[in-house]
Amino acid sequence: MAQPLVKKDDDHDDELEYSPFVGIEKGAVLQEARVFNDPQLDPRRCSQVITKLLYLLNQGESFTKVEATEVFFSVTKLFQSKDTGLRRMVYLIIKELSPSADEVIIVTSSLMKDMNSKIDMYRANAIRVLCRIIDGTLLTQIERYLKQAIVDKNPVVSSAALVSGLHMLKTNPEIVKRWSNEVQEAVQSRAALVQFHALALLHQIRQNDRLAVSKLVGTLTRGAVRSPLAQCLLIRYTSQIIRDMSNHGQSGERPFYDFLESCLRHKAEMVILEAARAITELDNVTSRELTPAITVLQLFLSSPKPVLRFAAVRTLNKVAMTHPMAVTNCNIDMESLISDQNRSIATLAITTLLKTGNESSVERLMKQITNFMSDIADEFKIVVVEAIRSLCLKFPLKYRSLMNFLSNILREEGGFEFKRAIVDSIVTIIRDIPDAKENGLLHLCEFIEDCEFTYLSTQILHFLGMEGPNTSDPSKYIRYIYNRVHLENATVRAAAVCTLAKFGFMVEALKPRITVLLKRCIYDSDDEVRDRATLFLSILGNDGLVDTEKDSIEFLFGSLEAPLVNLETSLKNYEPSEEAFDVDSVPKEVKSQPLAEKKAKGKKPTGLGAPPPAPVSGFDAYERVLSSIPEFATFGKLFKSSSPVELTEAETEYSVNVVKHIFESHVVFQYNCTNTVPEQLLERVNVIVDASEAEEFSELSSKPLNSLPYDSPGQAYVAFEKPEGVPAVGKFSNTLTFIVKEVELSTGEPLDDGVEDEYQLEDLEVVAADYMVNVGVSNFRNAWENMDEGNELVDEYGLGPRDSLAEAVKAVTDLLGMQSCEGTETVASNARSHTCLLSGLYIGNVKVLVKAQFGMDSSKEIVMKLAVRAEDPSVSDAIHALVANG
Amino acid sequence: MELPPKVKNILLLDSEGKRVAVKYYSDDWPTNSAQEAFEKSVFTKTQKTNARTEVEVTALENNIVVDSFDAVTLLLRSNVDKREALDNLDLIFLSFDEIIDGGIVLETDANVIAGKAGINSTDPNAPLSEQTISQALATAREHLTRSLMK
Repeated sequence: MAQPLVKKDDDHDDELEYSPFVGIEKGAVLQEARVFNDPQLDPRRCSQVITKLLYLLNQGESFTKVEATEVFFSVTKLFQSKDTGLRRMVYLIIKELSPSADEVIIVTSSLMKDMNSKIDMYRANAIRVLCRIIDGTLLTQIERYLKQAIVDKNPVVSSAALVSGLHMLKTNPEIVKRWSNEVQEAVQSRAALVQFHALALLHQIRQNDRLAVSKLVGTLTRGAVRSPLAQCLLIRYTSQIIRDMSNHGQSGERPFYDFLESCLRHKAEMVILEAARAITELDNVTSRELTPAITVLQLFLSSPKPVLRFAAVRTLNKVAMTHPMAVTNCNIDMESLISDQNRSIATLAITTLLKTGNESSVERLMKQITNFMSDIADEFKIVVVEAIRSLCLKFPLKYRSLMNFLSNILREEGGFEFKRAIVDSIVTIIRDIPDAKENGLLHLCEFIEDCEFTYLSTQILHFLGMEGPNTSDPSKYIRYIYNRVHLENATVRAAAVCTLAKFGFMVEALKPRITVLLKRCIYDSDDEVRDRATLFLSILGNDGLVDTEKDSIEFLFGSLEAPLVNLETSLKNYEPSEEAFDVDSVPKEVKSQPLAEKKAKGKKPTGLGAPPPAPVSGFDAYERVLSSIPEFATFGKLFKSSSPVELTEAETEYSVNVVKHIFESHVVFQYNCTNTVPEQLLERVNVIVDASEAEEFSELSSKPLNSLPYDSPGQAYVAFEKPEGVPAVGKFSNTLTFIVKEVELSTGEPLDDGVEDEYQLEDLEVVAADYMVNVGVSNFRNAWENMDEGNELVDEYGLGPRDSLAEAVKAVTDLLGMQSCEGTETVASNARSHTCLLSGLYIGNVKVLVKAQFGMDSSKEIVMKLAVRAEDPSVSDAIHALVANG
Repeated sequence: MELPPKVKNILLLDSEGKRVAVKYYSDDWPTNSAQEAFEKSVFTKTQKTNARTEVEVTALENNIVVDSFDAVTLLLRSNVDKREALDNLDLIFLSFDEIIDGGIVLETDANVIAGKAGINSTDPNAPLSEQTISQALATAREHLTRSLMK
């Protein structure tokens, strides 16, 4: 007897799947909607039908114009019913149907009746529905009622009117602005949400009147705002005013800070959070101002509520970017959050710790991160990868565990952006920390064995070709590279062929084997791959196609001297003819502005200083060009090239800048000239240098520029001899001499024989910093301690008043031309003292390390204590002399 | 200038991430397929979290913080079953309407909302399912504002 019951229980699972809307169909529901027209309305039935209509709309179903109109008209009949539940559903469906203007008129009278009803619920909802559907003309008709509603004693009615006001401010601002007296009264309401809505509306109305907003905020911060939500708004408006004031140059005691600080003791958590966040986001916030905010956030870190923990850790994470020291107090609480069930909280905690942690905690942190990497999304993983890269550059000694971590996550599942972030990080680490090179290259090799991204594969293959041949055992990479030729698409295969050729050329022992491998590539199915293989085989075989070894090196390892943009333009302009396209005709000059920008940009994301001269930089190109000029080929190895120094004002007829190339006992000035006059052709362009104020220099030779057509930059050179290894300084005055010819604009043909002319350029100086190469060291402390302490020279300097410590640090770094180490170039924004670590290579290949301690007193006067250690004591002297004279 | 905080959407999804009731207040998801894609990403992102007793919070797509909206989802999944929700869909639509008007928070007190939407949770005769939903919404409400102000 009990059996049927049990059976029923078994069926329970199926019943769970039951849905009242199963198999629901639009047509059928529209049919059902005819019940709205029944003379005897069944409110319950009608409510159900409206729910079904809403369900359909909600599931993404849409009604045709005709269907919507039909439903709308029958719905209006339902105003006859007195059933409150049904009326609520009617309001909802009207809002969802968003009727057209001529339809609106039908319901206006019904809604206006409800608006003046005795039932509060009707009034509030009728206001909201009406305001949603009417236009400006109708609005003026009901304006009177709305103004009354704003100050209605029922908070629900009042809020409905205020919120509607907020929406309509976008469409009918001039009308809503007339209500500000009523809104102001509502701000004083005892009902929390009315106060919130009223404050929001009042602020919106007055937002363009700075003075009015400031008065409003001033009054309210003194008075008691009852609603926590309104208080949060007030905090936001206050922050805005503080920002505006500091933008307008008002200084002194920060206004309203006391108000923000007092909000930290509010009883509502949301107000505390809002205030703490506002304080951390103040411009140039001082650590004294920060402390109370950090303290309350720290308390929230151990809150049982995930929302609070999340908000607190998220705010602290942002603070850690600018004020890592201020957050270190929270490290213990933060570490316990790594195991938080909520992965968002855990990620934020990890990345905060990576920013604030110290060297000793790295390994422990890495262990904890490994445990949770697999269950967070790519966007978080990228954040972690970037944090780890900067950590690795900060603590180079820890590269082993950090690199292992990166290679492990490289093997895991992940999207392109994530993988690229890892590859970029490994490449950066390899470049910056030489010890990490071989290990890092192998990780990359393993990655390309199973890499689905063509872009990453080709990038890695290129990088391998540049770095691999110089390792202790280049042969171990060949297998990985040759596998690509078998397994990948044509683009990757072509890249692999190039890389193989580089190994073959650089490593004599591998040459025969590489030749065999390349021969197999000749039978590849892809044209490009075959072409490349053929070309490289003939280079390796040196069968006369390419003349000299030097050319081959240039061909294989040279970067394209001309910027790609220029090459593209030249190729587009090239018309097929008898004459072949000449790569040398492509202008090599990058317009200096974008170049500077690119450099600045390139620096930031990697978190590096200028890279040491080895990787692809302008330096390589300079070295190649100079060694190819016979006059300069005997000068030996190029020590340093300066960045270009402008010798002309912007927008003059001829624009000239100069690059100073320093050799052991020579200096070469490279004048980059541009002719900006379309009607002129310059020939025999030379620079006459007067070195009378540079006694230790004597002019050796010069290499004029034969022809300088319009807007096609060219280079002239002048070489000087100087005492060997001596950092001679001096001042040079320059005059540009040339023959100027008028040209026919359409053909570019010269019209006359030309006249001689000259053009005065600005003076040029060779300074001591020109003899310093900014080479970084991976571990400053070790390097410092390995230097002879006896050679240390310490002195103090007054640097005078400066705007900030950061400015002084930059000035000294630039003056010395050295590389800042371990991220010490960034100064905390309100620090009173700072230590900057610099390293460099002085001419004669003398290693120099500098510890510069800066201090600032209350009058912004800056003093610096400079300790210098160098392999040669005379160099330490020279550095001090440099600072003393600078 | 600061605008009043806005809610972009409110979602109620079932245990498979399917839509029970949703309401969008911003144009960030102009089409139904965009909305469904968003709901799916919210769902995959939050299904691992555990919101049996507490509102959970998740950052998604550059600080579109979906916080306690998915709390409604999650609470529904653990405490409220889909059928009860669908049986009372009218009440859910009404609750949404009372909580948010065009993106602006209208009311935060769960009891007020329940009262206005016609869910009388203090009524001893109210069916159990309604109570559960209103409790679910109550917890969501309690945290809604806080997360909004973050």
